[in-house]
Amino acid sequence: MYLADSRGTPDTSRPAGRATMPGRRAVVPGAVLVLGTVSLVTDVSSEMVTAVLPLYLVGELGLTPLGFGLLDGVYNGFSALVRLLGGRLSDRHGGGHKAVAAVGYGLSALCKPLLLTVHSLPLIGAVLAADRTGKGLRTAPRDALISLSCEPAVRGRAFGVHRAMDTAGALLGPLTAFVILRLAAGGYDAVFTVSGCVAALGVLILLLFAPGRTARATPAAERQRRAVRGLLRRPAVRRLTCCAVLLGLTTVSDSFLYLTLQRRLELSESWFPLLPLGTAAAFLLLAVPLGMLADRTGRRRLFLTGHLALLAAYGLLITSPGGSPALASVVLTLHGGFYAATDGVLAAATADAVPERLRGSGLAVVQTGQAAARFLCSLAFGAAWTAWGDRTALTAAAAGLAVSAALSALLLRPDPAQEQAR
Amino acid sequence: MTRTHRLIVLLAAIALLGAVAVGATLHAAGRAAEKDRTQPGGPEVRPGPVLLDAPGRTVFRNMAWGPHRDELTSVPAADPGGARTASGVRCLRFHSAGGTGVCLQAVHGKLRDGYRALVLDAHLHERHRYGLSGIPTRARVSPSGRTVAWTVFVSGDSYAGTSFSTRTSIADAASGGLERNLEDYRFFLDGRPHRAADLNVWGVTFADDTRFFATVATGGQTYLVRGDRRERTLRSVHRNVECPSLSPDGTRVAYKKRVAGVSSDAPWRLYVLDLRTLRETATAEGRSVDDQAVWRDGRTLVYSLPGAYGSDLWTVPADGSGRPRLLARAALAPAFPAG
Repeated sequence: MYLADSRGTPDTSRPAGRATMPGRRAVVPGAVLVLGTVSLVTDVSSEMVTAVLPLYLVGELGLTPLGFGLLDGVYNGFSALVRLLGGRLSDRHGGGHKAVAAVGYGLSALCKPLLLTVHSLPLIGAVLAADRTGKGLRTAPRDALISLSCEPAVRGRAFGVHRAMDTAGALLGPLTAFVILRLAAGGYDAVFTVSGCVAALGVLILLLFAPGRTARATPAAERQRRAVRGLLRRPAVRRLTCCAVLLGLTTVSDSFLYLTLQRRLELSESWFPLLPLGTAAAFLLLAVPLGMLADRTGRRRLFLTGHLALLAAYGLLITSPGGSPALASVVLTLHGGFYAATDGVLAAATADAVPERLRGSGLAVVQTGQAAARFLCSLAFGAAWTAWGDRTALTAAAAGLAVSAALSALLLRPDPAQEQAR
Repeated sequence: MTRTHRLIVLLAAIALLGAVAVGATLHAAGRAAEKDRTQPGGPEVRPGPVLLDAPGRTVFRNMAWGPHRDELTSVPAADPGGARTASGVRCLRFHSAGGTGVCLQAVHGKLRDGYRALVLDAHLHERHRYGLSGIPTRARVSPSGRTVAWTVFVSGDSYAGTSFSTRTSIADAASGGLERNLEDYRFFLDGRPHRAADLNVWGVTFADDTRFFATVATGGQTYLVRGDRRERTLRSVHRNVECPSLSPDGTRVAYKKRVAGVSSDAPWRLYVLDLRTLRETATAEGRSVDDQAVWRDGRTLVYSLPGAYGSDLWTVPADGSGRPRLLARAALAPAFPAG
C-alpha cells in the first residue's frame, strides 16, 4: 500500500507536508501529527503490555521472573546494532524511511498476539526481545521522517509535539489495561488482544498517512556507503555525538533514580510504582514549550541546559535530609523537564548537522552512542552503589555530570556561521 | 489512493479491530463473572467467624469459585476437604502463627491497583497496615507471633521493561516498626563479606524473633542464608536453596531446589536439608514445586501445586518416604496454628 503512496499521490509528493499555508507562521506539519499519532497509538499498545506483564507472569502463569534482567546487556547491544542498521537501511534508495519504520512497527505489532501463545519465561523473553528489535529498527527512520517533514526553523517544536504525543500514549496504555482488567478480572488475554489491535491500527495509520519518499536525490549505493563512514568525520556530527556520549555516561538510569528517590526521601513503598508517572507527566507537559524554546534559543544550548535540570535533581537528592512528597514532585518535574529538553531536542540538533540523504544513519549514530553510554553508566552506577552506597554513588554521578556538561559546553560553543541561521 | 479512500480503509479497520477488541474483552469478562458463581461439586463455603488460634482448625486462602473466592477460610484440621468457614478477609498471600496473621492483599483503586500488607490479630482485626511496592509473593510470621516478614516482586519502571527484583521487609507485630529492605543487611558468602549490585533476598522463615533463614540470590546462584536482625547480617549456609521453611524443631529446612536435566519450565523439586549435617533429602514429590512449603507437624510438609482453580494443597512426608497426597482442592497459603 505504501509503495503506491511513495510513488507519489499529489498530497504526499511534496516533501512530506513541508508546505503549509503560505504566509502563515509554519505550525506543525500534518506529517508530524501523523507520526505522533502512530507513536501515541503504538505506545498505548506496548505500555498496556508492560503494565500487566509482571502481574501476568507472577499471578497468572506463576512464574518467578527473577533474573529476567540478566540478559539486558545482550539485548541492549543487539538493539544498538539493529538501530544502526535501521538508520542505514532507511537512507538507501533516497529515503526508505517509511518502509523501514513500517517493518519495525509491524514486527512489534506481531509480537502482541504471540504473547497469547507462549507460556514459559524463555519464550516470553524471546517475544519481548523481538518487540524491542522492532522498536530499535523504527526509531531512527521515524525521527528522520519527522525532521524531513518540517522546516528546519521549527524542528524543535515538531519533535516536541511528537514526544508529547508519544508520552501521552505511554500514560494512556496502563490506564487502558487497567480498565480492561477491571471489566474482566484476570483477562490478560483480552489485554494482549486489544494491544495487538491497537498496534495494528498504528501500523495502518503509518502506511496510509505517513509521507513516503522524502529525499530528493538517489545517491549511488557506493557513494552512500562512503558517506556513512564519513558521517563521523563531519565536525558538527562528531561534536554532537561526543557530547551525547559524555553526558550519557553520567545519566543515571530511571530505575536507579527512582530507587534513590524513594530511599533518600523515605517515600512510602506504595509510591514507588507511581514515580515513573511523575516523570512522564512533566515530560508530556514540557515537551512542546521546551521544543519551541529550543527553536528560539538554540537546540544544542537547550540540550545542555536540560542536563543542568538533571544535575539539579541529583543535587536535591544528595542534599535532602529526609523528604516530603513536595520535594519528590520537584525532583520528578526536573527529571521530566530533563527529558523534554534533551530527547526530541537532540534529534532536532542532529538533524541540523546531518544532510538529508544521511538523516536516518546520522540520527541512529548519535542516539546509539547515547544509549550505549547510558547502559555503561547504569552498570558503573550499580557497582558504585554497591561499593559506596546510594548517596556517594549519586555524588560521583553528579560530579561526572558537571564535568561532562562543562566539556560539552566547550565542544558545543556556538559556531557563528551556523548559529546565525537561527 | 485518494484521501477519501484512505479514510474509508481506516474507518473500516477501526470498526474491525474495535470489534475484535470488544469481543475479546467481553469474552474475558464473561469468564471472570463465571468465577463468582459457585461450582457444583466444589467445597461447601459459608460465612462465619474465623479465629487464627483456634485449636484443631486450619486457615488458608479459599480459591474455589463463588462469592467467597480469595477469602481466608478455616476448616477442621482433621478434615481439610470439609465445609469451609469464610472470614470475608481477602488475601493473595497469608500466614499465621502465635495468634498473629499476615495478609498480603490487592487494593482496587480508581485508576490503578495497588497492594498492601496487613498484620492481623487472632480475630482478623487489622493491627498495622503497610503499602507495598510490588506483587506479593511470600509471607511468614515468627513462631511467637511477634514478628512478620513478606516479599514482593518489584518491576523496575515502565521504560526499562523487563527487569525484576524482590523486596523483603520485616515488621514488628507489636510496635509496627518496619525494616523495609533486607538487602541493606551485610551479606557474607562462605564467611567473607560480599557486595553485589544484583543481590535479591526473599522467602524469610523465622527461627525466633531475631534469627531467621532466607534465600539470597546473586550472580545467578541462590543461597540459603542465616539472618540475624541484631547484627543485621545474612550469612550463607548452603547453595541452590530457594524459599526455605524451617521445621518446628529448628533442625531441618524444607526448600525448593533447582535440579539439572529437567524442563526449564518446571525446574524445582521439594527437598529437605538437615542443618547439622547439610545432607539433602529429596521428598517423594516428583513434580516441580514453586512454593514456600509449610510444616504441618514435625514430619509432614504441605505445599501448593497448580490445580483447576489455580492451586491445590498437597502433603508429603519430610523424610523422603511415602508419596504425595492431596490435602485440599482450590486452596493456597495454609497455616496450622497448633504447630
